[in-house]
Amino acid sequence: MASYSTNEFKSGLKVMIDGDPCAMVDVEFVKPGKGQAFTRVKMRNLKSGRIWERTFKSGESVEAADVMDRDMEYLYTDGEFWHFMLTDGSFEQFAADKAAVADATQWLKEQDVSVVTLFNGVPLAVTVANFVELEVTETDPGLKGDTAQGGSKPATLSTGAVVRVPLFINEGEVLKIDTRTGEYVSRA
Amino acid sequence: MADWQPSAGLDQIRARAELYRTVREFFSERQVLEVETPILSAAAVADPHLDPLRSSYRGPGQQGLQLFLQTSPEYPMKRLLAAGSGPIYQICKSFRNGESGRRHNPEFTMLEWYRPGFDDRQLMAEVEALLLAVCGCSSARYISYRQLFIEHLQIDPHPADAMQLQKIAQQHLDIDLQLDDRDGWLDLLFSHLIEPRLQQATFVFDYPETQAALAQVCEDEAGVKVARRFELFVQGIELANGYLELTDGEEQQQRFLKDQNTRQQLGLQPLPIDERLVEALKSGMPACAGVALGMDRLLMIAESCEHIDQVLAFPLARA
Repeated sequence: MASYSTNEFKSGLKVMIDGDPCAMVDVEFVKPGKGQAFTRVKMRNLKSGRIWERTFKSGESVEAADVMDRDMEYLYTDGEFWHFMLTDGSFEQFAADKAAVADATQWLKEQDVSVVTLFNGVPLAVTVANFVELEVTETDPGLKGDTAQGGSKPATLSTGAVVRVPLFINEGEVLKIDTRTGEYVSRA
Repeated sequence: MADWQPSAGLDQIRARAELYRTVREFFSERQVLEVETPILSAAAVADPHLDPLRSSYRGPGQQGLQLFLQTSPEYPMKRLLAAGSGPIYQICKSFRNGESGRRHNPEFTMLEWYRPGFDDRQLMAEVEALLLAVCGCSSARYISYRQLFIEHLQIDPHPADAMQLQKIAQQHLDIDLQLDDRDGWLDLLFSHLIEPRLQQATFVFDYPETQAALAQVCEDEAGVKVARRFELFVQGIELANGYLELTDGEEQQQRFLKDQNTRQQLGLQPLPIDERLVEALKSGMPACAGVALGMDRLLMIAESCEHIDQVLAFPLARA
Protein backbone atom coordinates (compact mmCIF):
# COMPACT_ATOMS: atom_id res chain seq x y z
CA MET A 1 0.00 0.00 0.00
CA ALA A 2 1.26 3.46 -0.86
CA SER A 3 2.22 5.79 1.94
CA TYR A 4 3.09 9.43 2.30
CA SER A 5 5.96 10.92 4.31
CA THR A 6 5.48 14.21 6.15
CA ASN A 7 7.26 16.08 3.34
CA GLU A 8 4.45 15.04 0.99
CA PHE A 9 1.68 16.18 3.35
CA LYS A 10 -0.64 18.84 1.95
CA SER A 11 -4.25 19.76 2.39
CA GLY A 12 -6.60 17.44 0.52
CA LEU A 13 -4.36 14.38 0.96
CA LYS A 14 -6.33 11.25 1.98
CA VAL A 15 -4.72 8.98 4.55
CA MET A 16 -5.64 6.18 6.93
CA ILE A 17 -5.68 7.18 10.60
CA ASP A 18 -6.60 4.56 13.21
CA GLY A 19 -8.34 2.51 10.53
CA ASP A 20 -10.48 5.33 9.15
CA PRO A 21 -10.03 7.27 5.93
CA CYS A 22 -9.23 10.91 6.67
CA ALA A 23 -8.53 14.02 4.64
CA MET A 24 -5.92 16.61 5.56
CA VAL A 25 -7.55 20.01 5.98
CA ASP A 26 -4.51 22.06 6.97
CA VAL A 27 -0.83 21.19 7.30
CA GLU A 28 1.61 23.16 9.43
CA PHE A 29 5.38 22.70 9.70
CA VAL A 30 6.48 23.23 13.30
CA LYS A 31 10.16 23.43 14.19
CA PRO A 32 11.98 25.17 16.98
CA GLY A 33 15.18 26.78 15.69
CA LYS A 34 17.27 24.37 17.74
CA GLY A 35 15.07 21.33 17.95
CA GLN A 36 12.99 18.53 16.59
CA ALA A 37 10.75 19.17 13.57
CA PHE A 38 7.06 18.22 13.62
CA THR A 39 4.18 18.36 11.21
CA ARG A 40 0.85 19.36 12.71
CA VAL A 41 -2.16 18.38 10.65
CA LYS A 42 -5.78 19.40 10.94
CA MET A 43 -7.55 16.24 9.86
CA ARG A 44 -11.12 15.37 8.90
CA ASN A 45 -12.42 11.86 9.44
CA LEU A 46 -14.28 11.11 6.21
CA LYS A 47 -16.60 8.64 7.93
CA SER A 48 -17.62 10.62 10.98
CA GLY A 49 -16.86 14.14 9.76
CA ARG A 50 -14.92 14.82 12.96
CA ILE A 51 -12.18 17.44 12.63
CA TRP A 52 -9.20 17.36 14.96
CA GLU A 53 -5.44 17.92 15.05
CA ARG A 54 -2.73 15.30 15.02
CA THR A 55 1.01 15.85 15.26
CA PHE A 56 3.58 13.78 13.37
CA LYS A 57 7.32 13.60 13.73
CA SER A 58 9.01 14.87 10.57
CA GLY A 59 10.02 11.97 8.38
CA GLU A 60 7.20 9.76 9.64
CA SER A 61 5.03 8.02 7.03
CA VAL A 62 1.30 7.45 6.91
CA GLU A 63 -0.62 4.93 4.85
CA ALA A 64 -2.53 6.41 1.91
CA ALA A 65 -6.29 5.92 1.86
CA ASP A 66 -7.79 4.55 -1.34
CA VAL A 67 -10.29 7.37 -1.55
CA MET A 68 -11.47 9.12 -4.68
CA ASP A 69 -14.19 11.53 -5.66
CA ARG A 70 -16.24 10.60 -8.76
CA ASP A 71 -19.08 12.34 -10.56
CA MET A 72 -22.17 10.12 -10.56
CA GLU A 73 -25.78 10.39 -11.64
CA TYR A 74 -28.40 9.50 -9.05
CA LEU A 75 -30.68 6.70 -10.33
CA TYR A 76 -33.11 5.53 -7.64
CA THR A 77 -33.44 4.18 -4.13
CA ASP A 78 -34.77 0.80 -3.12
CA GLY A 79 -35.24 1.98 0.45
CA GLU A 80 -32.04 0.39 1.69
CA PHE A 81 -29.54 1.63 -0.88
CA TRP A 82 -29.26 4.68 -3.09
CA HIS A 83 -28.03 3.76 -6.55
CA PHE A 84 -25.65 5.90 -8.59
CA MET A 85 -24.02 5.59 -12.02
CA LEU A 86 -20.69 6.97 -13.20
CA THR A 87 -21.02 9.81 -15.71
CA ASP A 88 -17.86 8.79 -17.58
CA GLY A 89 -19.82 6.63 -20.02
CA SER A 90 -18.89 3.37 -18.33
CA PHE A 91 -22.43 2.95 -16.91
CA GLU A 92 -20.80 1.42 -13.84
CA GLN A 93 -23.16 1.52 -10.87
CA PHE A 94 -22.58 1.93 -7.14
CA ALA A 95 -24.93 1.43 -4.20
CA ALA A 96 -24.57 3.83 -1.28
CA ASP A 97 -26.01 2.96 2.11
CA LYS A 98 -27.83 5.32 4.45
CA ALA A 99 -24.66 6.28 6.33
CA ALA A 100 -23.00 7.32 3.06
CA VAL A 101 -25.87 9.40 1.67
CA ALA A 102 -26.74 10.83 5.08
CA ASP A 103 -28.26 14.31 4.74
CA ALA A 104 -27.84 14.26 0.96
CA THR A 105 -31.05 12.19 0.64
CA GLN A 106 -33.22 15.25 0.97
CA TRP A 107 -31.68 16.82 -2.15
CA LEU A 108 -31.23 13.78 -4.40
CA LYS A 109 -33.23 14.06 -7.60
CA GLU A 110 -33.07 11.43 -10.29
CA GLN A 111 -30.57 12.21 -13.05
CA ASP A 112 -28.87 14.97 -11.02
CA VAL A 113 -25.09 14.61 -10.78
CA SER A 114 -23.44 14.42 -7.36
CA VAL A 115 -19.90 13.74 -6.17
CA VAL A 116 -19.64 10.27 -4.65
CA THR A 117 -16.57 9.63 -2.52
CA LEU A 118 -15.40 6.04 -2.91
CA PHE A 119 -13.34 4.32 -0.22
CA ASN A 120 -11.87 1.02 -1.41
CA GLY A 121 -14.41 1.16 -4.23
CA VAL A 122 -17.43 1.57 -1.92
CA PRO A 123 -19.40 4.81 -1.54
CA LEU A 124 -18.34 6.56 1.65
CA ALA A 125 -20.04 9.91 1.22
CA VAL A 126 -22.30 11.72 -1.22
CA THR A 127 -21.92 15.44 -1.83
CA VAL A 128 -24.74 16.99 -3.83
CA ALA A 129 -24.22 20.08 -5.96
CA ASN A 130 -24.29 23.40 -4.07
CA PHE A 131 -27.53 24.30 -5.86
CA VAL A 132 -30.35 21.97 -6.88
CA GLU A 133 -33.67 22.65 -8.58
CA LEU A 134 -36.67 20.91 -7.02
CA GLU A 135 -40.41 21.05 -7.50
CA VAL A 136 -42.82 22.16 -4.76
CA THR A 137 -45.26 19.32 -4.08
CA GLU A 138 -47.09 20.85 -1.18
CA THR A 139 -47.50 24.32 0.29
CA ASP A 140 -50.26 26.68 1.38
CA PRO A 141 -51.82 28.64 -1.49
CA GLY A 142 -49.76 31.59 -2.69
CA LEU A 143 -50.72 35.04 -1.46
CA LYS A 144 -50.53 37.60 -4.24
CA GLY A 145 -49.28 41.09 -3.41
CA ASP A 146 -47.76 40.03 -0.14
CA THR A 147 -44.15 40.03 -1.31
CA ALA A 148 -43.22 43.26 0.43
CA GLN A 149 -43.92 41.71 3.81
CA GLY A 150 -41.06 39.29 3.34
CA GLY A 151 -42.98 36.62 5.17
CA SER A 152 -42.34 32.93 4.61
CA LYS A 153 -44.08 29.58 4.86
CA PRO A 154 -43.00 25.94 4.74
CA ALA A 155 -43.00 24.09 1.41
CA THR A 156 -42.48 20.40 0.81
CA LEU A 157 -40.32 19.56 -2.19
CA SER A 158 -40.37 16.52 -4.49
CA THR A 159 -37.58 14.87 -2.50
CA GLY A 160 -39.48 15.26 0.77
CA ALA A 161 -37.32 18.12 2.02
CA VAL A 162 -39.15 20.98 3.72
CA VAL A 163 -37.81 24.50 3.20
CA ARG A 164 -39.00 28.00 4.08
CA VAL A 165 -40.18 29.82 0.95
CA PRO A 166 -41.73 33.25 0.28
CA LEU A 167 -45.51 33.47 0.53
CA PHE A 168 -45.99 33.90 -3.26
CA ILE A 169 -44.65 30.45 -4.12
CA ASN A 170 -47.22 27.93 -5.39
CA GLU A 171 -47.37 24.17 -5.70
CA GLY A 172 -45.84 22.90 -8.91
CA GLU A 173 -43.22 25.62 -9.10
CA VAL A 174 -39.56 24.64 -9.44
CA LEU A 175 -37.22 26.30 -6.93
CA LYS A 176 -33.47 26.77 -6.69
CA ILE A 177 -32.18 25.63 -3.28
CA ASP A 178 -28.75 26.09 -1.68
CA THR A 179 -28.00 22.60 -0.34
CA ARG A 180 -25.26 23.86 2.01
CA THR A 181 -27.72 25.94 4.03
CA GLY A 182 -30.97 24.25 2.99
CA GLU A 183 -32.36 27.65 2.04
CA TYR A 184 -34.54 28.84 -0.82
CA VAL A 185 -32.61 30.97 -3.33
CA SER A 186 -35.08 31.80 -6.11
CA ARG A 187 -37.56 30.43 -8.60
CA ALA A 188 -35.65 28.25 -11.04
CA MET B 1 4.06 31.59 -15.78
CA ALA B 2 1.58 33.58 -13.72
CA ASP B 3 3.65 33.44 -10.54
CA TRP B 4 6.40 35.82 -11.68
CA GLN B 5 5.03 38.48 -9.38
CA PRO B 6 6.26 39.00 -5.80
CA SER B 7 4.22 37.36 -3.05
CA ALA B 8 4.95 40.27 -0.71
CA GLY B 9 3.06 43.51 -1.17
CA LEU B 10 4.97 46.67 -2.04
CA ASP B 11 4.17 47.94 1.46
CA GLN B 12 6.02 44.97 2.97
CA ILE B 13 8.93 45.37 0.55
CA ARG B 14 9.24 49.00 1.66
CA ALA B 15 8.81 48.00 5.32
CA ARG B 16 11.80 45.69 4.95
CA ALA B 17 14.00 48.52 3.70
CA GLU B 18 12.79 50.69 6.58
CA LEU B 19 13.50 47.88 9.07
CA TYR B 20 17.07 47.46 7.83
CA ARG B 21 17.59 51.23 8.09
CA THR B 22 16.31 51.26 11.69
CA VAL B 23 18.48 48.29 12.65
CA ARG B 24 21.60 49.84 11.11
CA GLU B 25 20.94 53.12 12.92
CA PHE B 26 20.37 51.24 16.17
CA PHE B 27 23.75 49.54 15.97
CA SER B 28 25.56 52.56 14.57
CA GLU B 29 24.48 54.59 17.61
CA ARG B 30 25.77 51.84 19.86
CA GLN B 31 29.02 51.54 17.95
CA VAL B 32 28.50 47.96 16.93
CA LEU B 33 30.36 47.25 13.70
CA GLU B 34 28.56 45.85 10.66
CA VAL B 35 30.50 42.94 9.18
CA GLU B 36 30.15 40.45 6.36
CA THR B 37 31.28 36.81 6.36
CA PRO B 38 31.00 34.13 3.67
CA ILE B 39 27.70 32.39 3.05
CA LEU B 40 29.57 29.39 1.61
CA SER B 41 31.75 27.40 3.98
CA ALA B 42 33.85 24.25 3.77
CA ALA B 43 32.71 23.31 7.28
CA ALA B 44 29.12 22.67 8.19
CA VAL B 45 26.87 23.39 11.12
CA ALA B 46 27.13 20.77 13.87
CA ASP B 47 23.58 20.93 15.25
CA PRO B 48 21.95 17.57 14.41
CA HIS B 49 18.56 19.21 13.92
CA LEU B 50 19.84 21.48 11.16
CA ASP B 51 20.36 20.26 7.62
CA PRO B 52 22.60 22.50 5.50
CA LEU B 53 22.21 22.91 1.75
CA ARG B 54 25.25 21.98 -0.30
CA SER B 55 26.96 23.33 -3.35
CA SER B 56 30.04 22.36 -5.31
CA TYR B 57 32.75 24.69 -6.55
CA ARG B 58 34.86 23.96 -9.63
CA GLY B 59 37.67 26.23 -10.73
CA PRO B 60 41.42 26.71 -10.80
CA GLY B 61 42.89 24.05 -8.54
CA GLN B 62 39.50 22.68 -7.53
CA GLN B 63 37.80 19.68 -9.06
CA GLY B 64 34.66 20.03 -6.98
CA LEU B 65 35.04 21.55 -3.56
CA GLN B 66 32.06 20.82 -1.35
CA LEU B 67 30.75 24.04 0.15
CA PHE B 68 27.85 24.34 2.59
CA LEU B 69 25.45 27.24 2.66
CA GLN B 70 25.51 28.67 6.17
CA THR B 71 22.61 27.92 8.51
CA SER B 72 23.70 31.01 10.46
CA PRO B 73 26.82 33.24 10.43
CA GLU B 74 27.74 32.14 13.96
CA TYR B 75 31.07 30.39 13.33
CA PRO B 76 32.80 33.01 11.14
CA MET B 77 31.51 35.85 13.32
CA LYS B 78 33.09 34.20 16.34
CA ARG B 79 36.35 33.98 14.44
CA LEU B 80 36.16 37.75 13.96
CA LEU B 81 35.55 38.19 17.70
CA ALA B 82 38.58 36.04 18.48
CA ALA B 83 40.57 38.22 16.07
CA GLY B 84 39.67 41.27 18.18
CA SER B 85 36.82 42.80 16.17
CA GLY B 86 34.94 44.10 19.21
CA PRO B 87 31.12 44.24 19.05
CA ILE B 88 29.80 43.20 15.62
CA TYR B 89 26.54 42.58 13.81
CA GLN B 90 25.50 41.19 10.47
CA ILE B 91 22.32 41.05 8.38
CA CYS B 92 22.66 38.09 6.05
CA LYS B 93 20.94 35.28 4.23
CA SER B 94 20.94 31.90 5.95
CA PHE B 95 19.70 28.58 4.61
CA ARG B 96 18.12 25.51 6.17
CA ASN B 97 17.22 22.50 4.13
CA GLY B 98 13.80 20.98 4.69
CA GLU B 99 12.30 23.99 6.46
CA SER B 100 9.27 25.37 4.72
CA GLY B 101 5.94 26.48 6.14
CA ARG B 102 3.95 29.37 7.50
CA ARG B 103 6.96 30.64 9.47
CA HIS B 104 9.80 29.02 7.54
CA ASN B 105 11.40 29.56 4.18
CA PRO B 106 14.57 27.56 3.42
CA GLU B 107 16.33 30.83 2.54
CA PHE B 108 15.77 33.53 5.12
CA THR B 109 17.36 36.66 6.54
CA MET B 110 19.06 36.65 9.89
CA LEU B 111 20.27 39.46 12.09
CA GLU B 112 23.05 38.23 14.32
CA TRP B 113 25.11 40.22 16.77
CA TYR B 114 27.77 39.76 19.45
CA ARG B 115 28.54 41.87 22.48
CA PRO B 116 31.91 41.33 24.19
CA GLY B 117 31.58 42.00 27.92
CA PHE B 118 27.81 41.44 27.94
CA ASP B 119 26.14 38.55 29.69
CA ASP B 120 22.87 36.99 28.52
CA ARG B 121 20.75 39.25 30.75
CA GLN B 122 22.32 42.41 29.33
CA LEU B 123 21.90 41.16 25.79
CA MET B 124 18.22 40.36 26.39
CA ALA B 125 17.75 43.97 27.47
CA GLU B 126 19.38 45.12 24.23
CA VAL B 127 17.15 42.84 22.15
CA GLU B 128 14.17 44.36 23.94
CA ALA B 129 15.42 47.85 23.10
CA LEU B 130 15.73 46.88 19.44
CA LEU B 131 12.22 45.44 19.47
CA LEU B 132 10.95 48.72 20.88
CA ALA B 133 12.80 50.72 18.22
CA VAL B 134 11.48 48.53 15.41
CA CYS B 135 7.86 47.85 16.25
CA GLY B 136 7.14 49.79 19.41
CA CYS B 137 6.41 46.56 21.28
CA SER B 138 5.51 47.26 24.89
CA SER B 139 7.79 45.93 27.60
CA ALA B 140 8.73 42.27 27.57
CA ARG B 141 8.26 39.59 30.15
CA TYR B 142 11.25 37.59 31.44
CA ILE B 143 10.71 34.04 32.66
CA SER B 144 12.88 30.97 33.08
CA TYR B 145 12.30 27.81 31.06
CA ARG B 146 11.47 26.04 34.31
CA GLN B 147 8.89 28.60 35.49
CA LEU B 148 7.28 28.60 32.08
CA PHE B 149 6.73 24.83 32.16
CA ILE B 150 5.42 25.01 35.72
CA GLU B 151 3.07 27.83 34.76
CA HIS B 152 1.64 26.16 31.65
CA LEU B 153 2.04 22.42 32.25
CA GLN B 154 2.54 22.14 36.01
CA ILE B 155 5.82 20.29 35.70
CA ASP B 156 9.45 21.13 36.42
CA PRO B 157 11.15 20.26 33.10
CA HIS B 158 14.65 19.76 34.48
CA PRO B 159 14.18 16.61 36.59
CA ALA B 160 11.31 15.25 34.43
CA ASP B 161 12.07 12.08 32.48
CA ALA B 162 10.91 11.18 28.96
CA MET B 163 8.02 9.03 30.27
CA GLN B 164 6.55 11.88 32.33
CA LEU B 165 6.85 14.31 29.45
CA GLN B 166 5.33 11.83 27.02
CA LYS B 167 2.38 11.36 29.37
CA ILE B 168 1.70 15.10 29.48
CA ALA B 169 1.98 15.32 25.70
CA GLN B 170 -0.53 12.50 25.31
CA GLN B 171 -2.97 14.23 27.64
CA HIS B 172 -3.02 17.33 25.45
CA LEU B 173 -2.18 16.20 21.94
CA ASP B 174 -3.22 13.49 19.51
CA ILE B 175 0.08 11.79 18.77
CA ASP B 176 1.25 8.32 17.88
CA LEU B 177 4.99 8.80 17.74
CA GLN B 178 8.26 7.79 19.30
CA LEU B 179 10.88 10.43 20.00
CA ASP B 180 14.56 9.81 20.45
CA ASP B 181 15.07 11.56 23.76
CA ARG B 182 13.53 13.77 26.40
CA ASP B 183 14.59 16.87 24.48
CA GLY B 184 12.28 15.75 21.68
CA TRP B 185 9.37 15.65 24.14
CA LEU B 186 10.34 19.02 25.58
CA ASP B 187 10.40 20.43 22.02
CA LEU B 188 6.97 18.95 21.35
CA LEU B 189 5.45 20.36 24.54
CA PHE B 190 7.08 23.73 24.10
CA SER B 191 6.21 24.21 20.42
CA HIS B 192 2.62 22.95 20.68
CA LEU B 193 1.43 23.92 24.13
CA ILE B 194 3.52 26.85 25.31
CA GLU B 195 4.80 28.83 22.32
CA PRO B 196 1.32 29.64 20.91
CA ARG B 197 0.41 31.21 24.26
CA LEU B 198 3.42 33.53 24.35
CA GLN B 199 1.63 36.45 22.70
CA GLN B 200 3.24 39.21 24.74
CA ALA B 201 6.96 39.63 24.01
CA THR B 202 8.55 37.03 26.30
CA PHE B 203 12.18 36.21 26.98
CA VAL B 204 12.65 32.61 28.10
CA PHE B 205 16.02 31.91 29.73
CA ASP B 206 18.00 29.14 31.45
CA TYR B 207 17.35 26.28 29.02
CA PRO B 208 17.98 22.62 29.86
CA GLU B 209 21.65 21.73 29.88
CA THR B 210 21.00 19.24 27.06
CA GLN B 211 19.78 22.11 24.85
CA ALA B 212 22.81 24.31 25.45
CA ALA B 213 23.97 24.30 21.81
CA LEU B 214 26.88 26.80 22.08
CA ALA B 215 25.85 28.44 25.34
CA GLN B 216 27.72 28.21 28.62
CA VAL B 217 26.37 25.85 31.23
CA CYS B 218 26.06 27.19 34.79
CA GLU B 219 24.19 26.33 37.95
CA ASP B 220 20.95 28.24 38.47
CA GLU B 221 19.70 29.48 41.87
CA ALA B 222 18.27 26.00 42.58
CA GLY B 223 21.65 24.41 41.96
CA VAL B 224 20.53 22.79 38.68
CA LYS B 225 22.86 22.92 35.69
CA VAL B 226 21.21 25.02 33.02
CA ALA B 227 22.30 26.51 29.71
CA ARG B 228 22.74 30.28 29.69
CA ARG B 229 20.66 30.40 26.56
CA PHE B 230 17.59 32.54 25.92
CA GLU B 231 14.87 32.81 23.33
CA LEU B 232 12.43 35.59 22.50
CA PHE B 233 8.81 34.90 21.53
CA VAL B 234 6.38 37.50 20.24
CA GLN B 235 2.79 36.78 19.19
CA GLY B 236 3.48 33.07 19.53
CA ILE B 237 6.43 33.26 17.13
CA GLU B 238 9.98 32.21 17.97
CA LEU B 239 11.93 35.33 17.06
CA ALA B 240 15.43 35.18 18.54
CA ASN B 241 17.88 32.78 20.15
CA GLY B 242 20.88 33.92 22.18
CA TYR B 243 23.70 32.64 24.36
CA LEU B 244 26.17 33.59 26.94
CA GLU B 245 28.73 32.27 24.51
CA LEU B 246 30.94 29.31 25.07
CA THR B 247 34.52 30.55 24.75
CA ASP B 248 36.43 27.42 25.74
CA GLY B 249 38.03 25.80 22.68
CA GLU B 250 38.34 22.37 24.28
CA GLU B 251 34.71 22.38 25.35
CA GLN B 252 33.73 23.56 21.86
CA GLN B 253 35.54 20.60 20.31
CA GLN B 254 33.78 18.22 22.74
CA ARG B 255 30.38 19.60 21.80
CA PHE B 256 31.15 19.25 18.09
CA LEU B 257 32.10 15.62 18.65
CA LYS B 258 28.97 15.03 20.70
CA ASP B 259 26.84 16.50 17.91
CA GLN B 260 28.65 14.24 15.42
CA ASN B 261 27.76 11.22 17.56
CA THR B 262 24.14 12.30 17.75
CA ARG B 263 24.08 12.69 13.96
CA GLN B 264 25.36 9.15 13.60
CA GLN B 265 22.81 7.77 16.05
CA LEU B 266 20.07 9.49 14.08
CA GLY B 267 21.39 7.90 10.92
CA LEU B 268 22.52 11.23 9.48
CA GLN B 269 25.58 11.74 7.36
CA PRO B 270 28.58 13.11 9.29
CA LEU B 271 29.52 16.65 8.29
CA PRO B 272 32.92 18.36 8.39
CA ILE B 273 33.58 20.06 11.73
CA ASP B 274 34.68 23.70 11.74
CA GLU B 275 38.24 23.27 13.01
CA ARG B 276 38.96 26.93 12.35
CA LEU B 277 36.34 27.90 14.93
CA VAL B 278 37.90 25.55 17.47
CA GLU B 279 41.31 27.06 16.78
CA ALA B 280 39.91 30.59 17.09
CA LEU B 281 38.42 29.79 20.48
CA LYS B 282 41.63 28.16 21.63
CA SER B 283 43.57 31.27 20.67
CA GLY B 284 41.26 33.24 22.95
CA MET B 285 37.76 34.55 22.39
CA PRO B 286 36.51 37.42 24.56
CA ALA B 287 33.72 36.68 27.03
CA CYS B 288 30.57 37.72 25.21
CA ALA B 289 26.91 37.18 24.54
CA GLY B 290 25.43 36.73 21.07
CA VAL B 291 22.00 36.47 19.54
CA ALA B 292 20.39 35.60 16.21
CA LEU B 293 17.07 37.11 15.21
CA GLY B 294 14.83 36.18 12.28
CA MET B 295 14.29 39.34 10.24
CA ASP B 296 11.49 37.92 8.11
CA ARG B 297 9.58 36.94 11.24
CA LEU B 298 10.22 40.35 12.78
CA LEU B 299 8.68 41.83 9.64
CA MET B 300 5.72 39.45 9.95
CA ILE B 301 5.13 40.73 13.47
CA ALA B 302 5.65 44.41 12.59
CA GLU B 303 3.39 44.11 9.53
CA SER B 304 0.81 41.75 11.11
CA CYS B 305 1.36 39.08 8.44
CA GLU B 306 0.16 35.52 8.99
CA HIS B 307 2.49 33.85 6.49
CA ILE B 308 6.20 34.40 5.86
CA ASP B 309 5.49 34.52 2.11
CA GLN B 310 3.72 37.84 2.71
CA VAL B 311 7.04 39.48 3.60
CA LEU B 312 9.26 37.71 1.04
CA ALA B 313 9.49 39.05 -2.50
CA PHE B 314 9.99 35.58 -3.91
CA PRO B 315 9.65 32.64 -1.50
CA LEU B 316 10.74 29.11 -2.39
CA ALA B 317 7.77 28.42 -4.69
CA ARG B 318 8.59 31.51 -6.78
CA ALA B 319 12.37 31.57 -6.38
